Amino acid sequence: MSIPNSLDIPRSKARPPARKAAVKLKEHIVEIISDSGEGAQKCGQLLGAIAAHTGNGIWTTEIIPAEIRPPARSVAGASGNRIRIGSGRITNGGEETDLVVAFNEQVLLGRLRAKELKPNCTILLESIWRTHVDPKIAASYIEVHDRLVAAGYNVHEVPMEQECRAVVADARRGKNMFALGMLCHIYSLEMRLAADQIALAFGKKDQSVVDANVKLLQAGYKWAQTNLDFCYSIPAARPTEPQIVVNGNTALALGVVASGMEICAMYPITPATSASHYLSEIFSKVGGVLHQAEDEISACAFAVGASYAGKCAVTITSGPGFSLKQEAIGLAVMGEIPLVVVNVQRGGPSTGLPTKMEQGDLMAAIFGSHGDAPKVVMAPGTIEECFYSIITARKIAETFNMVVVVLSDAGLATSQQSFPRPQFSETWMAPPVDQSPVPDGAKPYDWDDATGLARRFVPGRPGGMHTLTGLAHDRDSHVAYDAEINEQSLRARSLKLAALQKTLKAPPVYGDRKGDLLVIGWGSTKGAIEEAVGTMRADGHKVSSLHLQFLQPLPSGIKEIMQGFKKVMTVESNWSDRPQDGIIDETNRRYSSLAILLRSRYLVDIDCWSEVKGQPIKPGTIRRVMSEKLKQ
Amino acid sequence: MAMNIMSTTGCLLEMCDERFELEDYQGGVPRWCTGCGDNAILAAAQRLCRDEGLRPEKTVFVSGIGCSSRFPHYMKTYGFHGIHGRALPVAEGVKMARPELTVFVNTGDGDCCSIGAAHWIHAVRYNMNLTVFLHDNKIYGLTKKQASPTTPIGTKSNTTPRGSYLEALNPLTVTLGVQNVSFVAQAVDWIPEVLFDIVKAAYRHKGLSFIRIVQRCPEWLPDMFEPWMRDPDKVQLLHHDDGLQFSASLSRLYKNQLRHDPSDLNRAREIASSLEPIPVGILYRNPDVPCYEDLLRSDKLRTPELTRAVLDAEFDKYTIRPQGSEKMQA
Repeated sequence: MSIPNSLDIPRSKARPPARKAAVKLKEHIVEIISDSGEGAQKCGQLLGAIAAHTGNGIWTTEIIPAEIRPPARSVAGASGNRIRIGSGRITNGGEETDLVVAFNEQVLLGRLRAKELKPNCTILLESIWRTHVDPKIAASYIEVHDRLVAAGYNVHEVPMEQECRAVVADARRGKNMFALGMLCHIYSLEMRLAADQIALAFGKKDQSVVDANVKLLQAGYKWAQTNLDFCYSIPAARPTEPQIVVNGNTALALGVVASGMEICAMYPITPATSASHYLSEIFSKVGGVLHQAEDEISACAFAVGASYAGKCAVTITSGPGFSLKQEAIGLAVMGEIPLVVVNVQRGGPSTGLPTKMEQGDLMAAIFGSHGDAPKVVMAPGTIEECFYSIITARKIAETFNMVVVVLSDAGLATSQQSFPRPQFSETWMAPPVDQSPVPDGAKPYDWDDATGLARRFVPGRPGGMHTLTGLAHDRDSHVAYDAEINEQSLRARSLKLAALQKTLKAPPVYGDRKGDLLVIGWGSTKGAIEEAVGTMRADGHKVSSLHLQFLQPLPSGIKEIMQGFKKVMTVESNWSDRPQDGIIDETNRRYSSLAILLRSRYLVDIDCWSEVKGQPIKPGTIRRVMSEKLKQ
Repeated sequence: MAMNIMSTTGCLLEMCDERFELEDYQGGVPRWCTGCGDNAILAAAQRLCRDEGLRPEKTVFVSGIGCSSRFPHYMKTYGFHGIHGRALPVAEGVKMARPELTVFVNTGDGDCCSIGAAHWIHAVRYNMNLTVFLHDNKIYGLTKKQASPTTPIGTKSNTTPRGSYLEALNPLTVTLGVQNVSFVAQAVDWIPEVLFDIVKAAYRHKGLSFIRIVQRCPEWLPDMFEPWMRDPDKVQLLHHDDGLQFSASLSRLYKNQLRHDPSDLNRAREIASSLEPIPVGILYRNPDVPCYEDLLRSDKLRTPELTRAVLDAEFDKYTIRPQGSEKMQA
C-alpha cells in the first residue's frame, strides 16, 4: 500500500499512532542508498552498529560508486550500505534486499537493474522530487514511482527533506539520520542505543552536531510511527561473551598491531587503503610506523629493507599494486627475508573494478614474480580471520624466512561482522631483534638439508657481516653462478614450503565427511558457501563444504576428504570458461584458480563454478549451482 | 678489528682503545675494470669507516643493480645488493627500522636517475639520515654500453649508434630542485683527496647527503673524461670556511677555485648548472632540515604491555558486551 504523497501529509499533528503489532522476522536485508555524499553510508553503518548492540547478528556491505562525486541522481551513482540483520550469527551478505530507503528514484533504479531488490521489496522513497521545479525531474520521479508500484513493489513515499526542514536548517544533509530514525522504528530498535551510537560517531564534533542528529533521529522515528502501517522485530540472541564489530580492513589493521610488526609501508589504493587509514591513527601509539611511500614498488622495497634489518614488516595493497610489487617480493624470496604482503583483491585485470569484489589474484599470489619464487599464500574467510591471519602470517614469515601473502578482498574489506573479542596474548608478538654475536664459522645461508631452513644474520650482530644479494648465492651469501649451488639454493627455498606444510592440519569439513557433493572454496565466500550447504542439508541433500585458509602450501588430508564424495567442485569469484559456450570443451576450458590448483595437485576431476559480477556470491545462487550439479 | 672484544666475554661495551684498520672493512676483491672510478670510491669509503671508527656490524651499505652496485660485496660490513633502482627505498626501510645503524647507499646513473628516479626525488624529500653515493659514469656499464640519462648528447652507444638524442640530465640541479634538500656535493674520482673530504662531510651531515661522483669508465667511455683530467682548470674547486678547505699542494695544481657558501641555495643551483668547468665541492648544506625518521617514529617502544593496552582500548570502541555485564560501551 502506498501512502498519499508528500503534499497531503499533515506535518505535525498526525493521526494518533496506531498500535501496530511488530511482525517477528528471522532476518531482513535493508539498504539505504543515496547520491554520494548524502550520508547513506553513515546511516547504514549506524544501523548495523545499533542492531549489533541489540544483540542481532549483522553483516554490512558498502555500496560504493567508483567515482568520488558521480553526477547527482544518476543510476551508476548509488552510494550506501546494505545491512543483513538476523536473529543468530550472520556470516555473509545474504540474498536480495527486503527493504530499501532511497533518497532519489535514480539510485533506486541502479539497484533495481543490478537485480539487488526482492520482487516484493518494501521501498521508502524520498518524495521531494514529485514536485520538483524541473518538470523533467518530476516526470522522471513519477514515471519510476508508478512503474515500481505497477511492478508490485511495496512503495511508500516519504517527505524526508520536508520533515527534516522542521528540525534543522540544512535538511538535505540531515536526511540520513531521519532515515535512521525511521528504520529504528521499523525494526523496533531501542532509541537509547541509537542515540549512543550517534554520540560515538559524531563525538569528535561539537555537541550541537550530536544534538541535531539525535533530533533528526527522533523525527524519523516519530514519522514512521505515525505514518507507516507496519513494523518488525528481529529477536536477538544476546551473545554470552563480548563481541567486537569491525570491518575486514579494520580487522587487518588490528592484526598488524597485535602481530608485533613495527613497520607498515603502503601506497594509496582502493580497496586496501582504509586499513592504512586506521593504522595511521593507532600505530604510533604502540611504537609502530606507517610509511606512505611514493609508489607501490617503493612501499614493498621499504618493507623488505625494514624486514632485512630485523623488524618484519608488512605492505598492504590491492591488485595493481600487487603486480608492481612482484620484483621486490622475488628479492625477499631470494634473500630469504620475512615479509607480509596483504592484497585486498579487487576486480581485475588492470584497473578493473576498483571498488568491487573478486578473487582473481590467487595465481598471481602463488606464482607471481619471475623464476621459482615459493611463498606462502593464505586467505581469511571471515572478518575474524582477517585479524588472526596477520598474526599467523608474521609468525610464519619469521619462522621460515619467507614471504607470506594474505589475500583478502573488497567483499571482506568493507563488510562488518561481529566476532568474539580477542584476548591479547604475548605470543602473538615478534621477539626482540637478535643482536647476539654470530657463532664462529656460522654461515648466513646454512640451509638445513631436511627442511631447507637457514638462520638469518641481522645487521648489528657481530661476526655476521655479509652482503645479502638478489643474485644466486652460496651459503656464505657470496655471488655464485655455479650450477650445483644454484640448484641447492632453489631446493632449500622450496623445501621450506614442504616443512611448513607438515605443520598444517586439514581444514574441517562443514557437514558430513561423506556425501554426493563437496564444494571447496577459499577466502571471502566462506559464509555464503556454508549457509548454502546448511540450507541444502536441512532439505535432505548430502552436500558438504571445505574451506581452505592455506592455498600455498595446501595442507595434507584434502585428497582423503575429497574421496568421501561422488562429486567435487569449487565455487569461486574468478573467471572460468562456461561449458555452454560452443567453442569451450575439455581441451580448452580454463578452470577457476583453485580448481586448477586442486586438479593439478590431486589428479582428480574437480569441476568449478564461478561468478565474476563484482559482488559477493549469494547463498541462493550457490544453492542453485549445487542443485544443478547434483542433477548432472 | 684490532681487538676482538666480542668473542669471549660477549661484552658489548665500546672500549676506548678499540681501533679499526682498513682490513676490517675490506671484503671481496673488487672485480671492477682496471682504472674504473669505483675503486677510488671504495677506497674513500673504507678510509671513512676506519677514520670514523664505524663498527662493521652496525654499518650497512645498500645498493641497487649495476657496476656501482657491486660495492657492498667489497666491504666487510653488512650489505644489501638488491634490485635495479630500489636501493633508496630499501635503505630507507633499514634506517626506519633501525635508526642506530649507519646506512650508505651506492647507486649508479641508471639505477638512480633512470629506473629509480621516482625514489631519488622522494628520498631527497624524506631527508632520512643516509649517505648516498651516485656513481655517475654517464653510461650503462654492466649491460655493455647503452646511453644513460646522464650520457652527453651525441654520444654513440649500443642503443644510440648515431649518437644519443637527448640533452643529459644534470643530477645536481635535479636534486637541488627538490624541497627539503639538505646536502648536495660533487666529487670526481681522480682527485681522491677531495673525494675523501666530501665523503667525510657527507657522512657527518645529519640528513640525506647526496654526492654525485663523476666516475671514469675506461671500458666504454675511455675518452669522455680525458679533457677534464688533462686540464685541471676545467675543474672548479668550491671552498669556504663552512665548506672544504684545500691544501697548498692541491691548490697549486687546481688553481680554478671559487669561494661558495654552502648555505646559499640559489647560488648552489647556479653553480650546479655549470658543465664547464665542473664544480667540485659542497654545493649545499642545511643541517636544519628535519629527518623523516625523527618525524615518523614515536618514542614508544613496541612492548607487549603497550600493545595490550592499545588493543584493549581499540577493542573497547567496537565491543558489544553480553547483557548483565553491561559496562560502558566506550
